Amino acid sequence: MTLLKDGVLTNEELEALPCVPGRERMEKGAVVVIECPQDIPCNPCEPACPKGAIVVGGPITNIPVLKEDLCDGCGLCVAPCPGQAIFVVDLNHGNDEAAVSLPYEFQPLPDKGQKVKALNRRGEAVHEGTVVKVLTPSSFDRTAVITVTVPKELAMEVRSIRL
Amino acid sequence: MRKDKELRVNEHPILGSAEERPRVKIKVDDQWMEAIEGEPVAAALMASGKMVFRYTTRLNEPRGVFCAIGRCTDCMMTVDGIPNVRTCITPVREGMVILTQRGEGRWEGISFEKG
Amino acid sequence: MKKVELAVIGAGPAGLCAAIEGAKHGLQVTLIDENIRAGGQLFKQIHKFFGSGVHRAGIRGVDIGSQLLDETEKAGVEVMLDTVVWGLFEDKVLALVHEGRSTQLSAERIILAAGATENALAFPGWTLPGVMGAGAAQTMMNMHRVMPGKKAIMVGSGNVGLIVGYQLIQAGIKLELLVEAAPEIGGYSVHASKLARNGVKIFTSTTIKEARGDERVESAVTVSVDENWNPVPGTEREHEVDMVCLAVGLSPLIELARLAGCGFKYLSELGGHVPLHDEKMETTQPGIYVAGDIAGIDEASTAMEEGRIAALAAAESLGRLGGEEADALKKSARKRMEEFWDGSFGRRVKASKESLSVKE
Ligand SMILES: Cc1cc2nc3c(=O)[nH]c(=O)nc-3n(C[C@H](O)[C@H](O)[C@H](O)COP(=O)(O)OP(=O)(O)OC[C@H]3O[C@@H](n4cnc5c(N)ncnc54)[C@H](O)[C@@H]3O)c2cc1C
Ligand code: SF4
Ligand code: SF4
Ligand code: FES
Repeated sequence: MTLLKDGVLTNEELEALPCVPGRERMEKGAVVVIECPQDIPCNPCEPACPKGAIVVGGPITNIPVLKEDLCDGCGLCVAPCPGQAIFVVDLNHGNDEAAVSLPYEFQPLPDKGQKVKALNRRGEAVHEGTVVKVLTPSSFDRTAVITVTVPKELAMEVRSIRL
Repeated sequence: MRKDKELRVNEHPILGSAEERPRVKIKVDDQWMEAIEGEPVAAALMASGKMVFRYTTRLNEPRGVFCAIGRCTDCMMTVDGIPNVRTCITPVREGMVILTQRGEGRWEGISFEKG
Repeated sequence: MKKVELAVIGAGPAGLCAAIEGAKHGLQVTLIDENIRAGGQLFKQIHKFFGSGVHRAGIRGVDIGSQLLDETEKAGVEVMLDTVVWGLFEDKVLALVHEGRSTQLSAERIILAAGATENALAFPGWTLPGVMGAGAAQTMMNMHRVMPGKKAIMVGSGNVGLIVGYQLIQAGIKLELLVEAAPEIGGYSVHASKLARNGVKIFTSTTIKEARGDERVESAVTVSVDENWNPVPGTEREHEVDMVCLAVGLSPLIELARLAGCGFKYLSELGGHVPLHDEKMETTQPGIYVAGDIAGIDEASTAMEEGRIAALAAAESLGRLGGEEADALKKSARKRMEEFWDGSFGRRVKASKESLSVKE
């Protein structure tokens, strides 16, 4: 596992998780990607989803299980996750473009339309993306959810932004 | 007067913008500076970039804030003439006089009546 | 001398919950803390907490703190702030000092919820200004809104190191790197991933060798360590930083429990010497209870439940609560606590806690 060495999940580690959708579901459009690999005592993602697409159950140390067909990619579960481990990936955002929605708790917030550096799980800038949405409703409690465009092949790489 | 803007967290994604709070003037080693009313002396000094609060008795080594909650005594200074004051838990007051302490410090400008 | 039914020492999450629960069941409660504000560690913790709804998961520690202060006031708890408890004598008499004046307080039951203190780590240069506890950095940035430096290295990858590391970035400080001497990251991987994706390099099997500088930290030297934690020569690297944060563990603050004559056990998993206590959180001294980090380093979420259990036991022993009702309430608090301990992180804590149990 490299995760426990440097904090970076590899794609193999990811694909083995029950909370990451399969390729087929991803191709259909916006869906949640939950990068929560350990048996930590936590479950706010479960009640956060109005569609019942995330199941943690009991004990709360279970790894969340995604019912990928129930998820419509609405993104309501992104901000409530205390581990900031939840993202929404939309492979059908544009012709060759995907959109990634991610939690963001830094200052200042980007503006809609702003070009930002798209960072991978190692924090390396791999693309210059455009911010297409900035959501900050009070129910998100100061965790903004930012949507940024990236090339399709980077949709499973980009997980943060830098202004 | 020293400027301390740089080391203050004025904007913060979770704490929000810092509210304007009344300022007081304190004198630190012959230099007057501004502090925010009610904040600990140590916070005011760190905001101004001051890191050395005292020098140790034997080896004359610099010390600064280590625990910030009054446990380690690293941050002791001479405040209003009283030595060994833990500045991380002592709020600033208008006109307070603060000295970098050398060794065990001395009672400054305070005379003790005999008898 | 003033007399109270229940004195709670320490107004962190454990003490606040103990005081609230005690008052709810009709006890006359005095809650004492040395700070000018109650809340203990909670007001530094600006991140969303883990757990589930019953543990107030998803709510930021600071907001849980405000909720508890509200409940404390509503419950009619007497709160004495800026008051240090420095002595605990026979017959449960406490020695307090407030604004330089000493007083005494006698209590029928006492709950010790004094929390913990941060461990230091000795290496050349560790006393230089700019080397500080992670909690100290957190206090400076999140409570006083002052940056203790501009470029930092974090030592330790437990949840404290990982979370405070992230909070450094939120406060506008650059976190250059985080080092961990063990071969694997100790805290939750989701916290580590937050740092990694924002450009913080995490080096495991690596420790700090030296902090350099004349009057303050100007750089830090790291070095790789082998499986026996011995430095590997030739792997030293110097990093330009002005701040070294130490997140190398906490130790229970047990002086008062010692004065009270409580029995102890050393358990490294729980942070050091921990007062022996039973399921009701009662120590080997009848009528003296412990709750929270003093009873073994863990989380605020479990500290709150321990506080409740201790107060329920105190109320029961003073006849304010029937045995059945008390048992049911204690049981549900314990269940919430054990939910936290179910995974691989909590399991070790749970096993250690169980080995502390004093037989009735
Ligand atoms: C960086 C960090 C992140 C954390 N994140 C989480 C998290 O996400 N979720 C979670 O559940 N937990 C978290 N924790 C752990 C949690 O904060 C602690 O476990 C919890 O605060 C312990 O509560 P307590 O009431 O025992 O002690 P404290 O909160 O430390 O309170 C003890 C109080 O007692 C006072 N006191 C001590 N001695 C005396 C005396 N003699 N006289 C008077 N007053 C005294 C102290 O000043 C203090 O105010 C985190 C801790 C840290 C450091
Ligand atoms: S994106 Fe919406 S539908 Fe999908 S899991 Fe999250 S909350 Fe549920
Ligand atoms: S809320 Fe986030 S961290 Fe918690 S279990 Fe769900 S995905 Fe994991
Ligand atoms: S910094 Fe430790 S007592 Fe002030």
